[in-house]
Amino acid sequence: MFAPVAEASGKRRIARSAAGPRIALRGVMSLRRLTQARLNQARGMKNANLLRWMRQVGLLLTMAMVSACGEEYLQSTIDPVTDYGEVSQSLYLQVFWWTMIVLAVVWAVMAYILVRFREKPGQERPKPVHGHMGLEIAWTIAPAIIVVAITIPTIKGVFKVQRPPEGDALVVEVTGKRYWWSFHIPELGVTTANELHLPVGRPVSLRLESGDVIHSFWVPRLGGKRDVNPVVTVREGGEEKRNWMHFTLREEGVFWGQCAEFCGEAHSLMGIRVVGESEEDFQAWVSDWQTTAPTANAPEDASEATTENPLVARGREVFFRESYCVLCHSIQGTVAPGTIGPNLTRVGGRSTIAAGMLENTPENLELWIRDPRSVKPGVQMPGAQYDVTYEGVTFPPTNLDDEQIRALAAYLSSMR
Amino acid sequence: MARAAVIAQDDHHYTSTGLSSWKVGFWTFIGSECLLFASLISTYLVYKGRSVVGPYPEEILNIPLTSVSTFVLLMSSLAMVLALDGVQRGSRKLSLIWLGGVILLGSAFLGFQAYEFTHFVHEGLTIGTNVFGSSFFVLTGFHGAHVTGGVIWMITLWIMAARGKLAPADSLKVEIAGLYWHFVDIVWIVIFTLVYLIQ
Amino acid sequence: MTGLWSWLTTVDHKRIGVMYFLTSFFFFFVGGLEALLIRIQLMRPENAFISAETYSQMFTMHGTTMVFLVAMPMAVAFFNYVVPLQIGARDVAFPRLNALSFWVFLFGGLFINSSFLFGAAPNTSWVGYANLTSLQFTPGRNVEFWLIGLSILGISSILGGVNFITTIINLRAPGMKLLRMPLFSWMALVTSFLLVTAIPVVAVALILLAFDRFFGANFYEVTAGGDPILWQHLFWLFGHPEVYILILPSFGIISDVIPTFSRKPLFGYPVVVYAGILIGFIGWGVWSHHMFTVGLGPIADSFFVASTMIIAIPTAIKIFNWLATMWGGALRFPPPMLFAVGVVAVFTVGGLSGIMHASAPIDLQQHDSYFVVAHFHYVLVGGALMGLFSGIYFWFPKVTGKLMSESLGKWHFWTTMIGFNLTFFPMHFAGLFGMPRRTWTYQAELNLETWNQLSTVGAFIFGISSLFLVWNLFRSWKKGEAAPANPWDAATLEWSIPSPPPHYNFPVLPKVRSREPLWDEVERAEVEAVTLSEPEHEPEMPSPSFWPLVVALGVVLSWALVMTGVWWAPLLGLALTAFGIFSWAFQPAFR
Repeated sequence: MFAPVAEASGKRRIARSAAGPRIALRGVMSLRRLTQARLNQARGMKNANLLRWMRQVGLLLTMAMVSACGEEYLQSTIDPVTDYGEVSQSLYLQVFWWTMIVLAVVWAVMAYILVRFREKPGQERPKPVHGHMGLEIAWTIAPAIIVVAITIPTIKGVFKVQRPPEGDALVVEVTGKRYWWSFHIPELGVTTANELHLPVGRPVSLRLESGDVIHSFWVPRLGGKRDVNPVVTVREGGEEKRNWMHFTLREEGVFWGQCAEFCGEAHSLMGIRVVGESEEDFQAWVSDWQTTAPTANAPEDASEATTENPLVARGREVFFRESYCVLCHSIQGTVAPGTIGPNLTRVGGRSTIAAGMLENTPENLELWIRDPRSVKPGVQMPGAQYDVTYEGVTFPPTNLDDEQIRALAAYLSSMR
Repeated sequence: MARAAVIAQDDHHYTSTGLSSWKVGFWTFIGSECLLFASLISTYLVYKGRSVVGPYPEEILNIPLTSVSTFVLLMSSLAMVLALDGVQRGSRKLSLIWLGGVILLGSAFLGFQAYEFTHFVHEGLTIGTNVFGSSFFVLTGFHGAHVTGGVIWMITLWIMAARGKLAPADSLKVEIAGLYWHFVDIVWIVIFTLVYLIQ
Repeated sequence: MTGLWSWLTTVDHKRIGVMYFLTSFFFFFVGGLEALLIRIQLMRPENAFISAETYSQMFTMHGTTMVFLVAMPMAVAFFNYVVPLQIGARDVAFPRLNALSFWVFLFGGLFINSSFLFGAAPNTSWVGYANLTSLQFTPGRNVEFWLIGLSILGISSILGGVNFITTIINLRAPGMKLLRMPLFSWMALVTSFLLVTAIPVVAVALILLAFDRFFGANFYEVTAGGDPILWQHLFWLFGHPEVYILILPSFGIISDVIPTFSRKPLFGYPVVVYAGILIGFIGWGVWSHHMFTVGLGPIADSFFVASTMIIAIPTAIKIFNWLATMWGGALRFPPPMLFAVGVVAVFTVGGLSGIMHASAPIDLQQHDSYFVVAHFHYVLVGGALMGLFSGIYFWFPKVTGKLMSESLGKWHFWTTMIGFNLTFFPMHFAGLFGMPRRTWTYQAELNLETWNQLSTVGAFIFGISSLFLVWNLFRSWKKGEAAPANPWDAATLEWSIPSPPPHYNFPVLPKVRSREPLWDEVERAEVEAVTLSEPEHEPEMPSPSFWPLVVALGVVLSWALVMTGVWWAPLLGLALTAFGIFSWAFQPAFR
């Protein structure tokens, strides 16, 4: 029962260790730099000294071992980079202190009782005390006050995080599918998968919809999660219901996330990367996407054809002629029309493949094309040796040999 | 004190409230059933107007016919009251007549329902057609299953009465069956109102 | 009558209680084993100790087992054994129905676990969210085992609830007014009300799912206008009262244990009772706090924030009253008291993290993360399970007539505290740092390894600690010291009769005049004059019956045959059920 998967995972680990560190480093370094910047900013802004102190200590306490070990947490829920995230964060700190105070009082009283009222040798049964109305009223009112103190800012926060932004928001249509994410930006005509670039400073509205079961979009540093529900079919004239998530990025960086609602076998392997970048970098990314990658199509004049990397040319042949990749995948500017699987436009420029599971290297691409199940059990993509059934249609094994796969990987990588 | 306790000991029917445990237990059970039907009815209401394809309720529900079957079921409750009275009076004849009435009227109601179901299927409405079909058949089907159970229960009581095993001392058995029957009846009134009348 | 047959046909609430306990205790180790496999898998990032599919089955069965086959039935075991003794009754109101509840529970538990034999254990988590559970997305038999198993268990719970409500309302000894009842019986009453009202709601959710899967209905089918969110509403409408079904029995136990070992009556008895009732009531109005991420809109979210916050108040009141009970007492610390105090200390942590989740914007981060896993284990292990452990140590002498080893009990307590906290406290951090729940593995870059390793080490310590309990139970049962009628100098009626109790419990029903009948010299003498006396004629007790077992088989068979997909197959089971019911109805209860 366990053996095949253990073997498969072995492959995965090897593939990762060959290439793993780069991505990690990229995320971590930008994070370190940015965290420092934000802390400085925060220091300048805060007014009440005590409040600031409490915030700092609260963060320190909750991140106890964090600072001790200097660990960086790529999916930290208490290190927000958006306005949305900061609402949760500030509430968290408030409630954190209330709970700490209550816990300290209860435990202190209890400790006192356990020491002070231990039975002494030969002690008589204590005088029975049946209750005290004043005390009962007091300890009904005390928690009630605390609860009200928490509820009021909470409800404000509830409305704040669900309020659509005023003005010109960048709308992104997010579709969760088992086990990957599609991102479509209608106003720019951009469609990409698993790795979304977003500009800092401009409000963003994510429109969430599922292509199959319920998922949940969770990139902790952007803010809380929101369920990605399948859209219920409505009668003509009815209104379809979808969830939205609104935020404005305050910082650049690579933000990690993943599906947060159990959606099946590979639920844990359904990662998200959000790349927050300056408006210029974002525009550059968009225009990259909008212009067809140089290697996507065969060169038109013969002289260029001779200088082109033969492996890439061979891979293009495999992609369009010797396989049925195009049934499911599309590449902007080419004839590939598929919409079932991730859009592969400029796929070579993404930092990861397989929804954040593998670093994007030719070797990992080969592994993924040959044997995707070894990376992601339950994946709905056929391998070289096995078929897959998707919505009732069986896609046969691709039967690609090593030479074809290597060329295919080279072709895909070339489109940066 | 000892004397009171001894009396309590010898009496299997001693209870704190003075009510029979069967009655208390059965009321509790009916409370539980209320939640069952409340959930089924809520499901029906949630899906009201959300079917994507027809037949829709307004096209297919037959209010006059169902009014008749509702009346039949209401009459069965009356028969149930009279049956209990018959048993309490110790009249075998009255018990048999009115228990028989409950059985006949209950079966007639089921007949109406069977007709309605087959008619709907002919009209193209099955449990898989749309959310109306799913929630309608499951809700009314569950109710029908309850009526069926009740009819079997009544038949059992009728046979007992026919064999002379339903003395006034056994009237609790009929009373509890009656509780069940009235409950099922009331649930139908709610279903009739919410499903058929208010569309 | 002795031997196997006597157990199969027994209608004695004490024997049924013991069978409930042993069965749930067995499942406790099954669920624990599943937990350990989960912990080994998560010990390292990108581990593949077990496959993703196996992992899904493990966490689904761990949750399902611990909730439905351990915590609930173990509480019911205590209801069975203790409640009639506490309220001064000879048995429950419907002894044969009680046997039926047990057999249905046993067969339901075996049925759902039999899925392992087919390699098709449930794999869509204990909450089984639609539409993942639809035929399209989870073909296989896995979901079917789960939905049928839970339906069967639901029947057992409803019947049990009806039985205990009736027993407590109707079979109290003379003078045992409602507000003289021991707190455990009170909480059994509230729990039973929750059972009979909450279970039908989840039953409907399951029935709709069954119709979708077996008969092509559209309840959760989005293309036909069905809405998967309906499942979540129905499930949590049941699910939140269920949380109180799990925790209130434990609150009841420690509300009896703490006064006993403080040698003081419970402080604010009526307040503690009303707080319990209030928790049961408000528990019905908070379900959507499990659904803050679903997108119900800010108005609905705000309502459920407020109702959830309110429920914190009666919970806090209970804690304060327990502390006040100990204040000024003469505290003794045998194992039942250690566990009771442990509950107060540890449950408080779980309750407070619950406040965090009640604040919706915080919950949007913490929902379905390991922070929530930490929270509900603090509540359900620290609160519910440790309370049940306290009950085991407390009532074992009554059940077996033997004393348990105190030193082994202390070992058990301290290893449990260490193992438990080491397992679940680091999960708060794993969650805060972005580890989602129900995740087969996590990437190395997330830096979650340390927290997970701590949890895994803790889990093994916790696992080992349970062996102390097993050994203690077994050893004490075999050769523990004989226990007197009232080894703890406790105040309530169950301690007025010999240990173990005679099969008729009370030769003559005692008359009660206060909440602590055994703490008043005069009343104690009066009560014990009857409860410890040898009766001239043994009271007539309900006769054993084979039919509950037959009916239970029929019930399970009718459900199991649904899986054949042949429409008339379940009728075979129904026929057996009907045959059993008729034979039962015409068999006299007393010989």
